[in-house]
Amino acid sequence: MAPLLALRDVDARYGPIHALHGVTLTVDEGEIVALLGANGAGKTTTLRAISGTVRRSGTIEFAGTPLGRRGPESVARLGIAHVPEGRGTFSELTVWENLRLGAYVRRGSVRADAARVLQYFPWIESRSSQQAGTLSGGEQQMLALARAVMQRPRLLLLDEPSLGLAPLVVAEIFRIVQELVKNEGTTVLLVEQNARSSLAVSDRAYVLEVGRVAVEGSSAELAENESIRRSYLGY
Amino acid sequence: MRTSLGIRAGVIGLAAVVIAVLPLALSDYNRTQGADVAVFFMAILGLNIVTGYTGQISIGHGAFMAIGGYTTAILTHEHGWNDVATLPISALVGFAAGVVVGLPALRFRGAYLALVTFAVALAVPQIAKNYSGFTGGTEGLQLPQHTGLWLYGAAWLSAAILFVLAWLMLRSRTGRALRAVRDSEVAAASSGVSPAVYKTAAFGVSAAFAAVAGSFYVLTISFVNPDVFGLTLSLYVLIGAVVGGLGSLWGVLVGAAFVQLLPIGLTSSHGLSSQSVPVIFGAIVILVMALVPRGAADLLRVGAALSSRKSQNNSLGLEGR
Amino acid sequence: MAVSQLTRTLVPTIRIRWSAWIVPALLAGGCIFLVVGSIQSSLFAQQTVSGLANGGIYASLAVALVLIYRATEVINFAQGALATFTTFVAWQLLQWGLSYWPTFVLTLAIAFALGVIVELVAIRPVERRGNVLTVVIASIGLLILLEGAVGWIWKPTVRFMPSPFPLHFWHVGGVAFSSQDIGTIGVSIASVVVLWAFFRFTKLGLAMRAAAVRPHAARLVGVRVSWLLSLGWGLAATLGAVAGLLVAPNPSVQLSPSMMDGILIYAFAAAVLGGLESSIGAVVAGLAIGVVLSLLGSYVSWVTPQLQLPAAFVLMLIVLLVKPSGLFGRTTVRKV
Repeated sequence: MAPLLALRDVDARYGPIHALHGVTLTVDEGEIVALLGANGAGKTTTLRAISGTVRRSGTIEFAGTPLGRRGPESVARLGIAHVPEGRGTFSELTVWENLRLGAYVRRGSVRADAARVLQYFPWIESRSSQQAGTLSGGEQQMLALARAVMQRPRLLLLDEPSLGLAPLVVAEIFRIVQELVKNEGTTVLLVEQNARSSLAVSDRAYVLEVGRVAVEGSSAELAENESIRRSYLGY
Repeated sequence: MRTSLGIRAGVIGLAAVVIAVLPLALSDYNRTQGADVAVFFMAILGLNIVTGYTGQISIGHGAFMAIGGYTTAILTHEHGWNDVATLPISALVGFAAGVVVGLPALRFRGAYLALVTFAVALAVPQIAKNYSGFTGGTEGLQLPQHTGLWLYGAAWLSAAILFVLAWLMLRSRTGRALRAVRDSEVAAASSGVSPAVYKTAAFGVSAAFAAVAGSFYVLTISFVNPDVFGLTLSLYVLIGAVVGGLGSLWGVLVGAAFVQLLPIGLTSSHGLSSQSVPVIFGAIVILVMALVPRGAADLLRVGAALSSRKSQNNSLGLEGR
Repeated sequence: MAVSQLTRTLVPTIRIRWSAWIVPALLAGGCIFLVVGSIQSSLFAQQTVSGLANGGIYASLAVALVLIYRATEVINFAQGALATFTTFVAWQLLQWGLSYWPTFVLTLAIAFALGVIVELVAIRPVERRGNVLTVVIASIGLLILLEGAVGWIWKPTVRFMPSPFPLHFWHVGGVAFSSQDIGTIGVSIASVVVLWAFFRFTKLGLAMRAAAVRPHAARLVGVRVSWLLSLGWGLAATLGAVAGLLVAPNPSVQLSPSMMDGILIYAFAAAVLGGLESSIGAVVAGLAIGVVLSLLGSYVSWVTPQLQLPAAFVLMLIVLLVKPSGLFGRTTVRKV
């Protein structure tokens, strides 16, 4: 079966800086794939290349459709939700308005979508008119995830969801991600520096180093391989 | 770096020679227009000091020109001063006015500062209209006439002096301090440069330049009244500064020629009705902003970089300003 | 749940600052002053109402400026000229025999289209490579172009523009108010309210607000930010058209190419005074400027017509020195 997402020889640049050098990876439907590596390895850039936020060359195919030179607005309409580094919360708007924006590309009733989302994040209902910027870090991360779920994406790109959060909160977020994959059939590409937790929750993983794929394999194998863990994952 | 400096010096030298020789080929009327270019040259130079180098936007420099112009007018008209002698006074009065505006301006930046300077530009002519006993009101004051050649020579000599002064100031420690304040006030303050002092001083110096420009403006038309220094004047000085290139002295001449000569050139060209001139000028301004956003100085910089590359110098285009 | 308890302890408490109450208090005080004064003196009442009418015009144009500023940080110097152009178009339609209210509606549609076209053709190419100041200069170029175009197409003679409101005086408690003034206040407020409702309740309005505050995040949820920018210019031009149509019949203004110059100045002041990011602020400030100018002119004798403008600006400067980010602006904390 063809993979849901396929990157072949993808290069990306920030002006004169060459950030990705021929990244090749695939994600199958229903999988959780982790993208690991040190700071500056190109993990965030890879997600940005997929969502069209950064200039890239090479081939990116989603459900058989080449993404070409589409920008983020168009990529979102294809069914890819990108939760960026820093969460992308609309701090000045209310929690409810953030959720409504999540459903922007969808037709039909926002309320029906919201009911579904509230099953995963029941606490949102009581805070819906609160200004999103006044939520705590963990709550904002969950709101960002909720926003992405409103979009009913086929592919969810998550950029460092655990950044700056307490371990208890991180565990909760990863639990919700697993539920989403199981119940909604969402596919997830997860970028993380926290290798241990992400290997525990993912099926497969790629390790990036200086803009290239250095290691790939099933998460279970990578977690057991001591030399790989020590050289690439820092533990 | 020496090579690009040499190229710039060459360009300036060439421009200076052309400016010096040009009046011989021009009619008296055209010489007066040449003097007007010098007026804008000085005003834009002043605006560049406060906006380009210190980062404080001002759309009110017409007000400082008005202050300088009225100083000259009142001293010559009411008190019989020699007009050249009024210039240093005009500069001093301008400096004082600049400091007076610069002090409250410390509290504002961006659009807020633009409004404050805008308000000053509007308020000054209105005040002049009101205290007509002192300023001659809307009827205005007459000034002694001068030949086009005298005006041209005096204005460009003054422009040259101010240019050299500006250049010396900006390449000295003061210039570096101003640029530091523009780029990051916090960093400047922690390096021992007081932003408040430098920002206010920049306003003062800049206003002094504009005041001298205003004095010459008044001399070229031999007349002054409040409408001479309307809002349009401030806007044109700003357009000239941006078209010339902010943060660089080398494009000031281009900017001054652009706002002074282009509208006149369009008006006197035969194919165009006079009503269509502002439409074309406005369109050209937009076009210039789309094509050359950093102004003429940027083109000069690119030109210098290209030619120094030819002589195989390692230039990344990072010449010192 | 453990997580909710943990997160709740991390939520920062919101402290109410005393300065947040000063502005509403001052405004309330101002309103009381106006009401009391109007009851006491019929001249005061008349001047207040005509001041509010002028203020309504400043407010409409100020909201248009804020709309564009919020999305791009650019002060659109051509906002008034766009309004002048559309008002002349309306005049032309009337000359061709169309009756008033259809002309009004058609003019608004034309203004919207003109705003969108101007953004696509003149502003976007400049924005691509320039910065805020470059776009501001382009808007000044646009100002020169549009006022020149009006003079070129229609010749710079002053023309008469009919009023949408029939000549009538309302008598309340012995004071005469013109329907022109009342109508102007009503239509200005109504158009601003309609715009507010659009932003607050519609999906498109929400998208525009999102695009203005976080364009990158908005693109990720599928909002076409650049289209919305054109839409914003269209809406701003429409508001300006309303202002132009309301003010042109006024005998002290009249239809001429430079008709909106003075009004733009006060609209700019109202936008800044109101806090640039806030439309409510622009409306309140616009109305306040209108009323203050009107009362200053009638009651303070040393404020001659020539000193009106400087006096108004001195007052504004005082307000800004006390609150540099404007009445309703947020004091932004600059990160080092």
